[in-house]
Amino acid sequence: MKRRIKERIFSFGYLLPSLAGVTVFFIAPFIQIIRYALVDNPVSNNFVGFENFIRVFNNNAFRRAAANTARFSAIAVPLAVALSLLLAMMLEAKIPGKSKFRTFFLSPMMVPVASIVLIWQVLFDYNGALNSVLASLGISPVDWMKSDYSHVIVVLLFLWKNLGYNMILFMAALSNIPKALIEAANVDGASAFRRFWQIKFRFLSPTLLFVTILSLINSFKVFREIYLLTGNYPHENLYLLQHFMNNTFGNIDYQKLSAAALIMALVMAIIIGILFLAEGRIGRDVEQ
Amino acid sequence: MTRTRSERRARGSRRRHNVRIALATLWCGVFAVVFLLPTVLTFANSFMTETEITANYGAVFEKNEKGGKKFIAEQVNLKLIPDKVTFSQYATTLFKSPDYLFKFWNSVILVLPIVVFQVGIAAFAAYSFMRTRGRVKELLLFVYIFVMLMPYQVTLVPNYMVADKLGILGTRWSIILPGVFAPFSVFILTKAMRRIPKSLIEAARLDGCGEWGIFSKICLPMSKGAIFSVAILVFIDYWNMVEQVLIMMPDADAQPLSVFLSQINTGEIGLAFAVATIYMVPAILLFLYGEEYLVEGITYSGGLKG
Repeated sequence: MKRRIKERIFSFGYLLPSLAGVTVFFIAPFIQIIRYALVDNPVSNNFVGFENFIRVFNNNAFRRAAANTARFSAIAVPLAVALSLLLAMMLEAKIPGKSKFRTFFLSPMMVPVASIVLIWQVLFDYNGALNSVLASLGISPVDWMKSDYSHVIVVLLFLWKNLGYNMILFMAALSNIPKALIEAANVDGASAFRRFWQIKFRFLSPTLLFVTILSLINSFKVFREIYLLTGNYPHENLYLLQHFMNNTFGNIDYQKLSAAALIMALVMAIIIGILFLAEGRIGRDVEQ
Repeated sequence: MTRTRSERRARGSRRRHNVRIALATLWCGVFAVVFLLPTVLTFANSFMTETEITANYGAVFEKNEKGGKKFIAEQVNLKLIPDKVTFSQYATTLFKSPDYLFKFWNSVILVLPIVVFQVGIAAFAAYSFMRTRGRVKELLLFVYIFVMLMPYQVTLVPNYMVADKLGILGTRWSIILPGVFAPFSVFILTKAMRRIPKSLIEAARLDGCGEWGIFSKICLPMSKGAIFSVAILVFIDYWNMVEQVLIMMPDADAQPLSVFLSQINTGEIGLAFAVATIYMVPAILLFLYGEEYLVEGITYSGGLKG
């Protein structure tokens, strides 16, 4: 009994440096922004209820940013999940040169965005390579990054960078599916379609959940590509929440910042919660 | 010779199987080209002379004064092999245009402390999360995971306010300190250490090992792979940093190359590809030497439970 208590105290000591830092830089200020979001200003400290939140919701820039971000994630995340699963399944089909292909597909994640942005510019600029090709085919050029197609381009850049990471996660999950189960289904004459949905899909469901969450988080990082390609003032389709935050930091409006951050945290928590619930239903019978 | 029906069926299914493999290989080939080409182009173009680059891509990087750009029918040439291979871009970057080297150095002194201390502190924390699992610990781990899952748009606000209070806004510390305490490494290393067999730890304890002995003689050596892989993942994430820099350190002098590279002047386009390549090199080298570790690290990151 005494030993257990001693163990607890000692092992808590190992956590202390990390916990102190996380408390100072994340937890404490997070509680602080909850307070900021509910008062009129940090000095007079009058409780104003949801006024700051309403102010953020009524802000046109925020609405545009939220809508663009949501639309981008809604397109990019499902594509990232589906395509990386496809890549993983192709590699798991025992094709020749599997490990080489794995290296190739993974390589974009190691290339810094800043380094590759030059090539994206060369490809998608108004005077870029893509338009050169189109012009030679007699199609009139489009200023891609300043057009309605801009978010399609950004989805492509996102997929280019993120598919490899997701693919590795799926490959690990696919190799963990009991071979005997698939073979038994084969013997029973189950079609490839049923083998996928009724066996593989269920075993993959925890990974599907994780890859979806990860892709969602990474979809917010696409700001990097957009910023490095188009600077502070992108096409209105590409004005994302990070742009909105940057501008709001510029005005040092703590109330607005806090309310906006809390709204986003809440939305993230809700989405992740829903995904967890969904996964719990699909993967119910396969988890030990 | 007549074949039985089942033989014919087996042959048919084998042929279908081969066709499937061939198709999958073909598709993988197509994907591989798409995935590799941008990187290879950047690398190849870094060996072009400045005149060749201006001739090939000048139209792209020319900026017209009043926003609106004119379409010039001039062709842009994507070229894989330079007419003349030269190291002049590198020579200029290294010896005549020290600005880029300074920014590269800025990247190094931001990223290196973050990687070393984030992983180091996380190893201790992970040990603690592995050793005892009470209700408080599980709640704390949940908080760590919650923080980890929040995007920059959320975490930068608390980070900024603390940096403001501590008076470190605008300095490197405002980026390094939140980076050091970001919970990603703790999460991964906790998962790795929890896979160490309990019996091993019990045995060490019975042999008279104290907590420090168990940590340094058993847990650290056994999670060496995980530590190295998490270090690679943290490195690549911060080598790429953009968001924090724009908010915490808008002053261009101290900015890392990951932000500064895009501000390259029209006049220095010749250098751009060389600088881009130099910035890729540390990451690519890590990738080539540590791919197995990277894959291991990614696999560890999968799944939020246990």
